[in-house]
Amino acid sequence: MRRNSWKEYQKEVADDRYYYLRSCIRQNFFPGSEKAFLKIVGEELGRDIFDDPAHTSCTGIGYHSDIVPYETIMTVVARQFAMMTEAGYENAAVSCITSFGVYTETLETWNEFPDIEAKVRENLYKATGREFRKPRNVSHASDIIFHHREEIGRRAKHRLVNRFTGEPLRGVEHIGCHYAKIFPREGIGGVEFPYVLAGMIEAWGGSVVDYPERRHCCGFGFRNYLVQANRGYSVANSQKKFESMAPFKPDFIVANCPGCAMFLDRWQYTIAEIEGTTYGEDGRGIPVLTYEELAGLVLGYDPWELGLQMHQVDVEPLLNKLGVDYDPAAKYLVTNGRYIGCPEPAMVNMGAE
Amino acid sequence: MPQFGFSISKPRAINLDTNDQVPAERLLQEVPELKTCIACGGCTATCTAGNLTDFNFRKMHTLVRRGEYREVYEQMDKCMLCGKCRLVCPRGINTRAVVIKIKRVLGDY
Repeated sequence: MRRNSWKEYQKEVADDRYYYLRSCIRQNFFPGSEKAFLKIVGEELGRDIFDDPAHTSCTGIGYHSDIVPYETIMTVVARQFAMMTEAGYENAAVSCITSFGVYTETLETWNEFPDIEAKVRENLYKATGREFRKPRNVSHASDIIFHHREEIGRRAKHRLVNRFTGEPLRGVEHIGCHYAKIFPREGIGGVEFPYVLAGMIEAWGGSVVDYPERRHCCGFGFRNYLVQANRGYSVANSQKKFESMAPFKPDFIVANCPGCAMFLDRWQYTIAEIEGTTYGEDGRGIPVLTYEELAGLVLGYDPWELGLQMHQVDVEPLLNKLGVDYDPAAKYLVTNGRYIGCPEPAMVNMGAE
Repeated sequence: MPQFGFSISKPRAINLDTNDQVPAERLLQEVPELKTCIACGGCTATCTAGNLTDFNFRKMHTLVRRGEYREVYEQMDKCMLCGKCRLVCPRGINTRAVVIKIKRVLGDY
C-alpha cells in the first residue's frame, strides 16, 4: 500500500538543461569525479549541461569557519545565479553538498525575508552591475544521477554483483549532513529516509547495508577538521561509523559529499597508522567512492580516468569483484603517459600478509 | 608512525542525571550572575596563573556546572586572586568570588 505521506519525501529534479556549479575542493580530492559527471550527463545521457568557467567557489568553507559573513556569501550566491541567468539556464546542478546547503539556505532566507533578497540584489548590482532570476530547480548532482539511475542501469557494463560469488555487492551509503539535515524537503527521502544513494545502489544491482550508525556524521564538521588540535574529534566520528559498519562486511562505501568521501577514505589510513585497525576484508580498508565514480564504474569507464588512483584506500579489490578490466601498470600514469609518482605503502592497503 | 599532531578522541558521555548538582546549584545561588556566562574564555585568556601553569578557569567552571568536581578544588589553588579575569569579563561576573565560592562549596570533594 502506498502511503500518502510518502509524497512529502519526494523531490522534483529537473530532467534537462542544467547549469553546473562545481565544487572548490572536489577537484583536488577526487579529480575525475566532476569530469565523469559531465560525461555521464552530457554525452552518455545526452542532456544539456553547461560548465561555466566564470562561476566561482560558493565560499561555503569560509562561511562555516566564520571567515565569510552571511551577507557576503549571499551576494556570491546571487552572482552565481546571475551567471546562470545570463547563460539562459534555470536548473542549478550543484556538485558539492556544502554548496547545496548554502544555496538552499540562501533561497530559504530570501523566501522568508524578501527585504534581505532586495538588499542582496542591490549589493550585487552595485558591485557587478548584474541582475538575476532565482533558479526554478536546485538539485544536487547526486539527485540528478539518482533521477537518471534507471537509464544508467540500462547502459551498465558492470552490475554491482560480486562475480566470484554471484551475490550483490554490499554498499554502505553515506549522505552528507547538509544534503537533507538542514532542509529535509530538499533531499530525496528527506532526513529520515534518505534514498538518493541507496536508490542508485539498488538500481545497479547492489544491496544496501543498514547498520546502527548509518546516519551518523562522518566527522568533517569544518571546525573539527580545520583546527589541527580538534581533528581527534573528527576521526573519532568516522571511527564510530567504521566500527558499526565493519561487522556487515561492506564491499564499498559511497558518499555524496566531498568532505564525507574524503574523510571516510583518509581517516581509514590515519586510524590504521595510529591504532593498527583496519575495517575491510583481509585486513585492508574499505574502498570509498563518490557517486560519480560509482556510476562511472557501472558504465564501464576506465578506473584510472575516473581518478581512483588518488584514493587513499586501494580500490583494486572492488574492481576485481566487479570484473572491471584495468591495467595495474597504468595506475600512476596520466593520460599522456607521464608518471605522477606512487604513494608509500600504507598499513591500510597491506592486507593480512 | 607519522606524526599527525592529534590523536583519536575517546568517546565521553556526561550523565547529568547521576551527577551531584547540589554544589553547582549552591554556587549559582551565591553568584547568580554566573548564569549569564557566555563561556567566551576571556578569563582564561588573561589569567596570570593560566599562563604559568595548566590552570584553565573556563574549563573548571564548565566542569563544576556539569557536576564534575574531580580535581577542581586542587586546580583552584593555582588562582592568585589577582582579579584580571574580573576586569575583562564582558558579563561583569565577579570571577574572584566564583573562585572563592567554588572552593567553599567543594570543600567536601
